[in-house]
Amino acid sequence: MKHLTGIGDLDRASAIELLDTSTRMVATQERQMRKLPTLVGTTVVNLFMEDSTRTRISFEAAAKRLSADVINFSAKGSSISKGESLKDTALTLRAMGADAVVVRAPASGAAHKLAHSGWIDVPIVNAGDGTHQHPTQALLDSFTLRRHLGGEQRDGERAGSVDGQGLDGLHVVIVGDIMHSRVARSNVQLMTLLGARVTLVAPPSLVPVGADVWPCDVLYDLDEAIALAPDAVMMLRVQRERMLGGGYFPSAAEYTRRLQLTQERADRLPAHAIVMHPGPMNRGFEIAGGVADGPRSVIVEQVAAGVSVRMAVLFHLLASNAREES
Amino acid sequence: MTPTTASTTASAADAAATGADRAAAPALLIRGGRPYGEDVADVLVEDGTISAVGPDLSAPEGAEIVDAEGCIVLPGLVDLHTHLREPGGEEAETVETGTRAAARGGFTAVHAMANTTPVADTAGVVEQVLQRGEDAAWCAVHPIGAVTVGLGGERLAELDAMAGSRARVRVFSDDGKCVSDPVLMRRALEYVKTFDGVIAQHAQDPRLTEGAQMHEGRVSAEIGLTGWPSVAEESIIARDVLLAEHVGSRLHVCHLSTAGSVEIVRWAKQRGVDVTAEVTPHHLLLTDEEARGYDAVYKVNPPLRTRADVEAVREGLADGTIDIVATDHAPHPADAKDREWDTAAFGMTGLETALGIVQQTMVDTGTLTWRDVARVLSETPARIARDLDQGRPLAAGEVAHVLVWDPRPAAEVDPEEHASRGRNSPVAGRTLPGRNRLTLLAGRPTVRDSRLAEH
Repeated sequence: MKHLTGIGDLDRASAIELLDTSTRMVATQERQMRKLPTLVGTTVVNLFMEDSTRTRISFEAAAKRLSADVINFSAKGSSISKGESLKDTALTLRAMGADAVVVRAPASGAAHKLAHSGWIDVPIVNAGDGTHQHPTQALLDSFTLRRHLGGEQRDGERAGSVDGQGLDGLHVVIVGDIMHSRVARSNVQLMTLLGARVTLVAPPSLVPVGADVWPCDVLYDLDEAIALAPDAVMMLRVQRERMLGGGYFPSAAEYTRRLQLTQERADRLPAHAIVMHPGPMNRGFEIAGGVADGPRSVIVEQVAAGVSVRMAVLFHLLASNAREES
Repeated sequence: MTPTTASTTASAADAAATGADRAAAPALLIRGGRPYGEDVADVLVEDGTISAVGPDLSAPEGAEIVDAEGCIVLPGLVDLHTHLREPGGEEAETVETGTRAAARGGFTAVHAMANTTPVADTAGVVEQVLQRGEDAAWCAVHPIGAVTVGLGGERLAELDAMAGSRARVRVFSDDGKCVSDPVLMRRALEYVKTFDGVIAQHAQDPRLTEGAQMHEGRVSAEIGLTGWPSVAEESIIARDVLLAEHVGSRLHVCHLSTAGSVEIVRWAKQRGVDVTAEVTPHHLLLTDEEARGYDAVYKVNPPLRTRADVEAVREGLADGTIDIVATDHAPHPADAKDREWDTAAFGMTGLETALGIVQQTMVDTGTLTWRDVARVLSETPARIARDLDQGRPLAAGEVAHVLVWDPRPAAEVDPEEHASRGRNSPVAGRTLPGRNRLTLLAGRPTVRDSRLAEH
């Protein structure tokens, strides 16, 4: 793995290896001294051309806990906002000696372009590109799923190792704005790669034309999906700005009536089922506040897993590659 | 040799572009070629005119003899859809470089689209483009006039002034933008009947394609680029053929790209609507799968469609539903393409690879004959544009706009070798058949063995 621009860069074995490494990273984060010396002397650039405090902080924490130097290059106030092209930015970062670039961009394919256009020759990590991919989010989601529901522990105690395991036999329902969601695209690919069954739920106007060949089912009715007794439900953020101009659905009230994960709907889930959300949440819109804070919710854990998974990704791209080369 | 009817009625553009050299050009005998890919016949060119066509012609004294054994002899190609970018876009192309590219592609006439800066919406601008074409003298340049002022889609440009100018504009188009207002489209169709003009529509419903980046389908869904649905093209074509029928006028559909559009045009023609349609070489060859690598060289408007659409436009071209192939040659500076897909420019070059693609996709597959190629790349585009001097038969008495094409060699396309300023060729690195052995513009060689013959 030279880059992580999308789940397409992974096969089942490498995905599981990343999850296993993430588990080891979690263990290091439970020590008193959490910082590892692994990436001393390397420079990771966080190139954020789109606002995302959460993801940027998560990558920053991951890099710093591996002792890398971190440079944050964000759009606001930078040359990008003055019209500099991605190419010129990449050439600048190359000249500055970046060892890896974590990129978040509004354009689908931006990470792919950085990785494959010859502008810069360092590992590229996609931290979300347009409506395309968000692979580390998918990895942390699968990590969280495996941790809670992995293997044979589903109905029993959480104990023992899940190392080496996928998500075989699990059924995950993903609800919301599928069309504009890079999280949904990455998750459908990764979860099915790991053996899970995925069902998407959205109003038909928020399902992309062409999704009929995705390796998942698509339903328009959340109650119908809940009746399938899934092991996990992931609620996606609804971007309110999509309501008016795009007219993707008539009103917030109609959306919440049909698609909000209410307490009543959550109560119909199987006892072991968990509730996930990639954040940031619109409480009271796609998810009821009580459900977000309730016992099924693993939303805060997802955030914690994010740091460990991103440590694992940086470790594999920078430390393992360096080892292979030497 | 006395001038023929065709040459006396030749447009001002052709006469000026070619006339000066006509008398001076030495006689030239194209020996052993196959006109229209049919029986071997020599073609003798004297004083800019074809003086004889037939087997075993003897060369006049001092005549140059071109060995065309194994080659196809065609009337010079005519492109109804070219972006020469001048005035205003000289970083991408000029009339000089664009017509050099045209000559290398075997074209003896191009129709220059109106989306320049300033827009070609007045007699002054179209005459300027005409003049630049005459000065360059690599092929005839026929300016296309804008339908609406500034391509704004709000009020008609002075169409009659452009028609009556020295450029004698007959084709009007807001290409790059759709004349989406149905009332304005109706008025334009009606108005150009005055001078037997035609509206060439860029069929794209603007609301259905806001922010659109590529064909809407399985690939766009997966790679997360905003979709350009087929229906955005088809709904406009359906509306326009009905409008053309209603007002009894002529409609030309630019760069038709979908299977549904082929069906609609086929239906309209069966009803007797006076509609013609074009397809680009790239839509005959490439699909939306090319977008997967986010290489914006494949970003074009209308977008590359699916394999089923490619099959349908090939069928449509074969059965005559689609009348012509036009390049939509759209050069861009490298920076406009070497960037994120979303912010990259739409368009691809096409003049220098058009016939190779048509040979590969249509002739070598047994779908079209070379006589069909002469029809779709020369005769019919000239007729649609009411260009009386081009697309003429290879016959004694006709002005010698001639292409000698060797279909046998194949070569890898290297945009660095192109005469166009644009390097944004979607077939870079692909192998295409055929070689421009000789192109004659009114008897004067513009290209020999795919190299420009400087004048």
